[in-house]
Amino acid sequence: MQPKTRFTAVAASVITLSVSLTGCAGAGGGPAQGGKDSINVLMVNNPQMLDLQKLTAEHFTKETGITVNFTVMPENDVRAKITQEFSWQSGQYDVASLSNYEIPFFAENGWLAPLDESVAGRADFDQDDILPAYTESLTGTDGHLYGEPFYGESSLTIYRKDLFEKHGLKMPDNPTWDEVAELAEKIDEGEPDMKGICLRGQPGWGQVFSPLTSVVNTFGGTWFDKDWNAQVNSPEFTQAVTFYTDLLREHGEAGAAQAGFAECLNNMVQSNTAMWYDASSAGSILEADDSPVKGKLGYAQAPVKETEHAGWLWTWSWGVQAASEKQDAASEFVAWASSKEYENLVADELGWASVPAGKRSSTYEQPEYQKAAPFFDAEREAILNADPKNPGVQERPYVGIQFAGIPEFADLGTFVSEDVSAVIAGKTSVEKALDKGQKRAERIAATYRD
Amino acid sequence: MSVATKQLRLSPKRRLKNSGRRNPLVGLIAWITALLFVSPVLWMMITSFHSEADAATNPPSFFAPLTLDAYAQFFGAASGANPWPPLINSAMASVFSTILVLLLAMPAAYALSIKPIKKWTDVLFFLLSTKMLPIVAAALPLYIFANFSGMLDNIWFLIIMYTSMNLPIAVWMMRSFLAEVPVEMLEAAQLDGAGLIRTLSQVVAPVATPGIAATGLICFIFSWNELLLARVLTGVVSGTAPVFLTGFVSSQGLFLAQLCAASVVVSLPVLIAGFAAQDKLVQGLSLGAVK
Repeated sequence: MQPKTRFTAVAASVITLSVSLTGCAGAGGGPAQGGKDSINVLMVNNPQMLDLQKLTAEHFTKETGITVNFTVMPENDVRAKITQEFSWQSGQYDVASLSNYEIPFFAENGWLAPLDESVAGRADFDQDDILPAYTESLTGTDGHLYGEPFYGESSLTIYRKDLFEKHGLKMPDNPTWDEVAELAEKIDEGEPDMKGICLRGQPGWGQVFSPLTSVVNTFGGTWFDKDWNAQVNSPEFTQAVTFYTDLLREHGEAGAAQAGFAECLNNMVQSNTAMWYDASSAGSILEADDSPVKGKLGYAQAPVKETEHAGWLWTWSWGVQAASEKQDAASEFVAWASSKEYENLVADELGWASVPAGKRSSTYEQPEYQKAAPFFDAEREAILNADPKNPGVQERPYVGIQFAGIPEFADLGTFVSEDVSAVIAGKTSVEKALDKGQKRAERIAATYRD
Repeated sequence: MSVATKQLRLSPKRRLKNSGRRNPLVGLIAWITALLFVSPVLWMMITSFHSEADAATNPPSFFAPLTLDAYAQFFGAASGANPWPPLINSAMASVFSTILVLLLAMPAAYALSIKPIKKWTDVLFFLLSTKMLPIVAAALPLYIFANFSGMLDNIWFLIIMYTSMNLPIAVWMMRSFLAEVPVEMLEAAQLDGAGLIRTLSQVVAPVATPGIAATGLICFIFSWNELLLARVLTGVVSGTAPVFLTGFVSSQGLFLAQLCAASVVVSLPVLIAGFAAQDKLVQGLSLGAVK
């Protein structure tokens, strides 16, 4: 071929290829993409969500004819993406996984479609079976329901029964933090290869501050008092953070300043730690068939100090974007994913330990579930005792146990958590860290006082 | 024998110089440096063949039993997620943006080096200045624009973005390569009556092939690896491989082996492109160096 003809041929083929491809927007676009019977779901990549992704096509799509396209992302990324999508109401995603932290203010901003009739109103959905704490947390100030829980959790003290027996120790059903600290010390002495306790130390409002805020509550502290005064460097808050960071530094895991849920889970599975205070949903991973610590664990309530209960309340729920043009298909999907029917399906296909539980009272009544989840009783008790409106010793202007339910909290919590992590790493003092946090919190509080 | 190695072997002067300086210590340092650079990649490859539990141990257990589980997970064994659409999207975005960049950069570089236009230094500086704005600053305006123009989650919008992102670098690189083309050749072509397009395609292009290959490869790699814009501008349909890759990072449960397997698969096209263009690349990159 002559050079000139070759050049023309190449150019022509490039142009032809380009033109032929302009018809499609990308490789993900099959024939059903964007069609009437397909919806787009944006969700966090927790194991329960991945099970859902696996089971949807075979069951939901087969039964309803609605194709579901999932986009799965890590927690922080999915939060950023959801906020971006929903604040612009681009309508690109019909359904998203949202927590009880976001749903109240997303609803307030008009970004979510109410689900009272489309989901809760369905006779076979049985909204009354959903634990009341969730229905309450997912209801907007206008009285409408804006989210349906997919799975829920509280926090528990998880400990190694076998080691406690070996050393003649006893974990009370409702331990206090002083008792837990004492137990951690004894285990630390008795088991040279193990650490007494694992607690999150990784920066992030949803990392270190999930367990830590619940400690602050029970020590009598709060982020803001009822008149919107910041309380971050108050004596109670300071005492709680000092206790937590000291406990971690003395009896906590190696590399605590960078340890989050996943790292502590790992430490527990690999028998590097004897106790762990964290989300009750960890139970289903620890009791899975392939877990080396299956059957060796005991579950007690969240440790307390000044309050009667300290367990938190969290749920990954489904919210439907107000701008979605496929409201019917979207609510059909939400009603299926949060249903009893779906829980039974997971039980049949993957076993009862994998069921996205913690949201329906009926699940706790299932004998098979009780057998597969030895933590069920402790978890149910913790969720029933959780009071997001009044989790501490004082009245508060916001809702939320392990977080303050205002949009600014994500930023504030993360900001303060970085210094708390630095305290754990021995790089700064609790007082310095909290004084800095107080200034930031005071600025936020001022906007609410006005 | 490749062109590059042939040149090296045919240069007795350089060989003499090298043998004169042969020093085992230098060799050792070179090996250690190379190993240091390669070790994260090696670790990634080994981890990708371990089970999740073995991958998560600290210190790492290099000699744990090997398994292909993580690769099975990447191809959707557990979640049913299909990795091919994001891989195809990435390939489309990288290939088309690279072609567009080369088509646009060549005439631009010609006008800035072979037949410099007036104030060509200003133009070069202007091109460079577009790289001074951090992309993240433009992310939100781009998202809003894409949302209103209906181009959100469209791979062609991403191709345009990647083209504009890589064009300044390509023009700068190509300019230095084109500056190597002997003026006599261009004059001869002109005397023979060749027009601009013909000069570019038949005289300049063959001489500058190594440079074009190096530029193309770099643009391809930049587009293939780009995450920020892809994450902001794509969604269900046009998500690219890097966005898909981040989906393996979980805050609950173990993911290291899967993530390593996914990273290995996603890195392969770039590695293959790199190996394929190795000869041209070495020539292209050393063109400026021996000037």
